[in-house]
Amino acid sequence: MPELGAVAQKVRSKNAGPFWLTLDIFCGDAAAYARVINGLDTARVAALFNVPLQNLRRFDIADLHVVKISLPRPAVQGVAADRDMHGAGWAPLLAEMQID
Amino acid sequence: MVTRVLIPSGALGLGYDAEALARGVAMGPDLIAIDGGSTDSGPSYLGRGQSKYARASTKAEWKGLLVARAAANCPLVIGTAGTCGTDSTVDWLLDITRECLGELGQSAKIAVLRSEQRPAEIAAAYDAGRVAPLSAAPEIDAALISSCTHIVALAGAEQIAAALETGADIVIAGRATDTAPIAALPLMRGDHAGGAWHGAKIGECGALCATNPQSGVIMIAFDDRGFTVIPLADGAACTPHTVSAHMLYENADPFILHEPGGHLDVTGARYDAVDARVVRVEGSVWVPSDRYTVKLEGARVAGYQTILMATIRDRRYVEAVDQWCADILRRHSARVVERMGLTPDDFTVELRVIGKDATLGPIEARHVTPVEVGVMGIITATTQERANEIGKLLNPFLLHHPLTREEEQPTFAFPFSPAEIDRGAAYEFCLNHVLVLDDPMAAFALEVVDA
Repeated sequence: MPELGAVAQKVRSKNAGPFWLTLDIFCGDAAAYARVINGLDTARVAALFNVPLQNLRRFDIADLHVVKISLPRPAVQGVAADRDMHGAGWAPLLAEMQID
Repeated sequence: MVTRVLIPSGALGLGYDAEALARGVAMGPDLIAIDGGSTDSGPSYLGRGQSKYARASTKAEWKGLLVARAAANCPLVIGTAGTCGTDSTVDWLLDITRECLGELGQSAKIAVLRSEQRPAEIAAAYDAGRVAPLSAAPEIDAALISSCTHIVALAGAEQIAAALETGADIVIAGRATDTAPIAALPLMRGDHAGGAWHGAKIGECGALCATNPQSGVIMIAFDDRGFTVIPLADGAACTPHTVSAHMLYENADPFILHEPGGHLDVTGARYDAVDARVVRVEGSVWVPSDRYTVKLEGARVAGYQTILMATIRDRRYVEAVDQWCADILRRHSARVVERMGLTPDDFTVELRVIGKDATLGPIEARHVTPVEVGVMGIITATTQERANEIGKLLNPFLLHHPLTREEEQPTFAFPFSPAEIDRGAAYEFCLNHVLVLDDPMAAFALEVVDA
C-alpha cells in the first residue's frame, strides 16, 4: 500500500474562502489517475480528517488527471481554534495517507 | 468586439514583471485590471480595516501601473483596494494615488466605489429576511451582525461597470469579487457572458494559469464567442492543462462560480492550444439568477490575545510533553480562578506543541520523538490587560514546571523577554451570507474625484 504522495505528482491544500478547504491531487498521467481514483477511499479520507463523510465533496476530473476534495473548514479560518490560516497543512496529511 | 484586459499580477503588492507589463501595454489593452484583496490571510485585516501589504510595496507597484495606464491610454481598475476593501483601505489607496500622481506630474479622474456596510443596516436587513446563508455559514443574529467592526459587500460587474461609465481614468473599488474588475468591461461591450466571467476567473491570479506563475503578467482577449489567454513574460506558456487547472484554485467546486446576479458553469468549456503558449476557451455558460444578491463579509472582535513561547530540549520532557502541558493547564487555570477571581468561562488557554502536532492537532497521523519542541501558550480573554495578566501567571509554569515532585526544579529556554507578547484584538469572520438587493447600486456608493 503506497502513500498517495508517492503515486500522485502533487497534492496541495488551500482555503476556498474562510469557510471551506479544498485539496487538489494532481496525478500527472492517466495511469496514476486510475490508481488514485480506484485506490483513494473517500470514507478513509473523512476518517483521516475526522469529519463526517457527507461533509466531503469529491470531484474526479479525468481531463486534468485530478481528484479534488472540498470540505467545510472544521475550524473557520482565523478563529482561536484554527491552527492553519491558509489551510496548508492538510496536503501533507493527505499525501502521507496510504491508498489501496 | 474584442476586449483586451491586461492583468499585471494576482494582487497589488505581490510584484510584477515590468518588461512583460510593457509588452502588454504595447498590445493596446482596453483596460488594466488588478485585484487588491483577499480573505486568505485571515480576519484581522477586515476586522481592523487595514492592508496586509506594506504601503511601500503598494505605492511602488501602483505607481508603475499609473505610468502603464497613461501609456496605454485606457482605464485602470483595482478591486478590493487594501486587502479588505473597507472605506478605510479605499481612502488609504486614494491617498497613495494622489501622492503618486503628484510625483509623476499626472492628473486623473478617479471613480471611487465604496462597498462598506453599516452593521446596523445589515442587522435590519437580516431582520427583514434580506440576508440569506451560503453553505457552511455560521449561525448569526441581528446582535452578532451589529457587533461586527467592519462589514463589506462584494461588488460585481454591475457596480464596476457603473464606475467605468463615469469615464474615469482610474477606478478604486472597495470589496469586489476577484473576477468583477476584469469581467465588467467585456460584459459592457457585449462580449460572450460565459466567456467574460470564465476568462476573468482564469486571469484573476495573473500568470498562475501559466507555466511560469511568478511572472505575473497576462492578457485576456474577450470576444463574442469566448476568450484567449496570452501570457506575456519571457518563457511563460499557457497550455489547455494550465488554464483549465486554474478553475481548481481556491474554489470548492471546480465547475461552478457564483457571482452577483448568477453563476458561471464551465462544465462544457473547451480549451484548445492556439500555439505553444496561447490558449483559446469557448463553451462556458453564464446562468442568470432570479434575484440579485451580493455576498457579505464581516469580522468582529473575538477576544484579546497574549502569547508566550518556551522551547524544550530535555529529552525526558520532550517525550512527556503532552502530560507536562496537561498538568500545567490544570494548575494554571486553578491559579487564574483563585488569584484573579475569574471563572473558567472568562478565558481560554491553549498550549500548542510546535514540532509535534501544532499544524494539525488531534488529527496528526505521524508520531516521532523530535529533538526539541516549542510550547506556545495562547491566551484569549475579554480584555488585553486580562490576557496579559493570565500570561504572567502562566510564565513561571513554562519556565520551571517539573514533571515530578521529587526532581530538582528544571528551567526551559525562553526566546524573549518579556515572555508575554500581546497580540491585541483577535478577530473572527462571522458572515458567509448574501444580501438581496433590488438595485445593484443600493449597497454601494460611487463618487468621482479629480486628482
